[in-house]
Amino acid sequence: MCLAIPGKIASISGDDPLMRSGKVDFGGILKEVSLAYVPEAQVGNYVIVHAGFALSRVDDDEAKQVFEYLREMEELTDLDETRAGAPPAPPDTSPPVPPPSRQ
Amino acid sequence: MKYLDEYRDAAGSHKLAREIARITTRPWSLMETCGGQTHAIIKFGIDELLPKNITLIHGPGCPVCVTPLELIDRALAIAAQPGVIFCSFGDMLRVPGSNRDLLSVKAGGGDVRIVYSPLDAVKLAEQNPGKAVVFFGVGFETTAPATAMAVYQATRKGLKNFFLLASHVLVPPAMEAILRSPDRRVQGFLAAGHVCAVMGWEEYIPIAAKYHVPIVVTGFEPLDILQGVLMCVRQLESGRAEVENQYSRAVRREGNRPAQQIVGEVFQVTPRKWRGIGEIPQSGLGLREAYAAFDAERKFGLGDLRVEEPSECLSGLVLQGRIKPHECPAFGARCTPEHPLGATMVSSEGACAAYYRYRPHP
Amino acid sequence: MTSIPNFNLSCPFPIENYPQVLMAHGGGGKLMHQLIGKMFLPAFGNPMLDSQHDASVFEAGGQRLAFTTDSYVVRPLFFPGGDLGSLAVHGTVNDLAMAGARPLYLSAAFIIEEGLPMETLWKIVASMQQAAQQAGVQIITGDTKVVDKGKGDSLFINTAGIGILDHPLKITPASVRPGDAVLVSGDLGRHGMAVMAVREGLAFESAIESDSAPLADLVLQLLRAGIEVHCLRDITRGGLTSVLNEISEASSLTLQVEETLIPVREDVRAACELLGLDPFQVACEGRFAAFVPERETERALAIMRAHPHGIGASRIGSVSDQRPPRVLLKSAIGARRILDMSSGEQLPRIC
Repeated sequence: MCLAIPGKIASISGDDPLMRSGKVDFGGILKEVSLAYVPEAQVGNYVIVHAGFALSRVDDDEAKQVFEYLREMEELTDLDETRAGAPPAPPDTSPPVPPPSRQ
Repeated sequence: MKYLDEYRDAAGSHKLAREIARITTRPWSLMETCGGQTHAIIKFGIDELLPKNITLIHGPGCPVCVTPLELIDRALAIAAQPGVIFCSFGDMLRVPGSNRDLLSVKAGGGDVRIVYSPLDAVKLAEQNPGKAVVFFGVGFETTAPATAMAVYQATRKGLKNFFLLASHVLVPPAMEAILRSPDRRVQGFLAAGHVCAVMGWEEYIPIAAKYHVPIVVTGFEPLDILQGVLMCVRQLESGRAEVENQYSRAVRREGNRPAQQIVGEVFQVTPRKWRGIGEIPQSGLGLREAYAAFDAERKFGLGDLRVEEPSECLSGLVLQGRIKPHECPAFGARCTPEHPLGATMVSSEGACAAYYRYRPHP
Repeated sequence: MTSIPNFNLSCPFPIENYPQVLMAHGGGGKLMHQLIGKMFLPAFGNPMLDSQHDASVFEAGGQRLAFTTDSYVVRPLFFPGGDLGSLAVHGTVNDLAMAGARPLYLSAAFIIEEGLPMETLWKIVASMQQAAQQAGVQIITGDTKVVDKGKGDSLFINTAGIGILDHPLKITPASVRPGDAVLVSGDLGRHGMAVMAVREGLAFESAIESDSAPLADLVLQLLRAGIEVHCLRDITRGGLTSVLNEISEASSLTLQVEETLIPVREDVRAACELLGLDPFQVACEGRFAAFVPERETERALAIMRAHPHGIGASRIGSVSDQRPPRVLLKSAIGARRILDMSSGEQLPRIC
């Protein structure tokens, strides 16, 4: 449930906070979205939109956490390798993709 | 698309999968709560990357699947009436009632329309004063704010021809019902990220403590789901049982206060029947008395319609994670996406439909 | 001529499951194929029909000809990048092209609902003439019917087309071989999303225009260059997924494709994400899949990319003899899954 996707607020209209709406840009598609639930959102902010409503503003700093985590993982692996002299690589659980058969 | 594509990175996905394999020392069963997460798992093949001793159980995260049969039948009865414009999200159109679905009502001449937002239904009510416009409000806490706002706006506009057939359900009571089940296999949860964007994650803290299960609020893209699994398995391996937030770019601890406020203004918590599970107390949302004029069930007098669930459909056991779809005798034989017995075979991320589409057929 | 067996008057289609025809029966997915396979084919049964290709090829007076028909029922009548009229010409021209035929003549039959503004009808007719001129065909016969108001959804058009084969190739699923390359002529899903953008209840602002286009010229260029084309299929209702499944089933071979190689324009993808649709199941009206020997891949792609209607041509995968025959997709994150045909009409979702 809850198909909601991120989009960038391109314009805002409406003074009454509960009727506040905006045009949100999703990769080149513009849709009119209610901004009633994100009163602090401004043009240029990214919001998560579900069923025509922005439910949450995307926090750019938090958005980076998974990539920082992946970078740390990489550095730790490099560090281990330099210390212990190339330990056995962790098991590769990615399944082999069968190559197309040739004639 | 920004904040979407980066989370579908192949190399990052494999890295996270390898880390999960590295730290897993014994079998664990996790449940992803949300249908959207199930959809992503199947679509990207995420479960193929996971080590064999991590099992993902698809939870009842599909409000479409859990809408009780009698509510579908009420919807069908209303939609078939002349003078009614019946508006629904696309998800509900193919869900079978006792003997047909909204699509066949449409085929028979009913005015059934797909809308993207409940506000579209409000607009239709404004444009068609001579008709009764009924909106089928299905969904978890994620969708309740949208439905609530539709009712709120209808009040402000003084609309007398807009009605709501309410079918919203709440996640925490369902989670508890699953955890209380005697043969439950679930050891950890990936909580529904967008539900938590609205509600926050505070209400999961007592659940994690009471049942000693880790609960990780998780997003919907491959990197999100894999990181959520990693965080959950880490807790399980070290015997911890806390609530953590993987989807921090969209979810705050307290959730969305303005949304909660409007939902609370329009709706009250009620008992709710879940298709395949039965009645769970305090698990649904119904219109408050002040908004009773918008209640479609009251308007169309269908409150007494009672329907029994057919016994062949085992979607309830599937929804609780007690059996896998292919373990149901009807799966792939008497129950297929073309003629489904239950909602889990119809809904695009119902567990049975997902299994049928993407797994080798028996 | 085969003798007609004792004609069984009971309907072979499982009508106890579907007492009424549903929209999904025209959706290009499983239900439509079921209707065709279980009602039409048994009723009309003959080898040409059974081969289920876009156009049927037959011999007359020592010359190979192709014959096809299609009906056009799209709503709205006018959409970004086209209208019912241009669609009616392109669609039938393309069906002929998929058999490797040079389109010659079309017929056009109109079923008009009483009350349709004359201006609207004229716009569609003018558009048809323009499309026919561009495609190098003439409309040489036709029919006109008007039905009561409320009995037709304003306008339906049926076109039939006839073309001639100037080459000896058998362009059909049976000619597909393990090792063949699977190509598409350009990015997918533009037509479906262009129509969706103006559909009531789902409207959004976008620059997506239908990809509706005549493909005969492009196909003929491939054939004249001597490319050994094994099979062609235009990607329409049901999208790429339908086409791949149809060919896989008709040829009894496995098709392996990679998600990252399948071209979809950014804004089309975004529109699909917004409505919860799968771009590989969205209709096109000016795109085709081609199956050519591996060694012809680069040459075929070069010819396609040099043509205005083949600019985004890409290789998306390969054919293999892996058992059982099915369609396999390598997802964006490198995992594999089966790409099954959808049951029926793809509907927008919020779940």
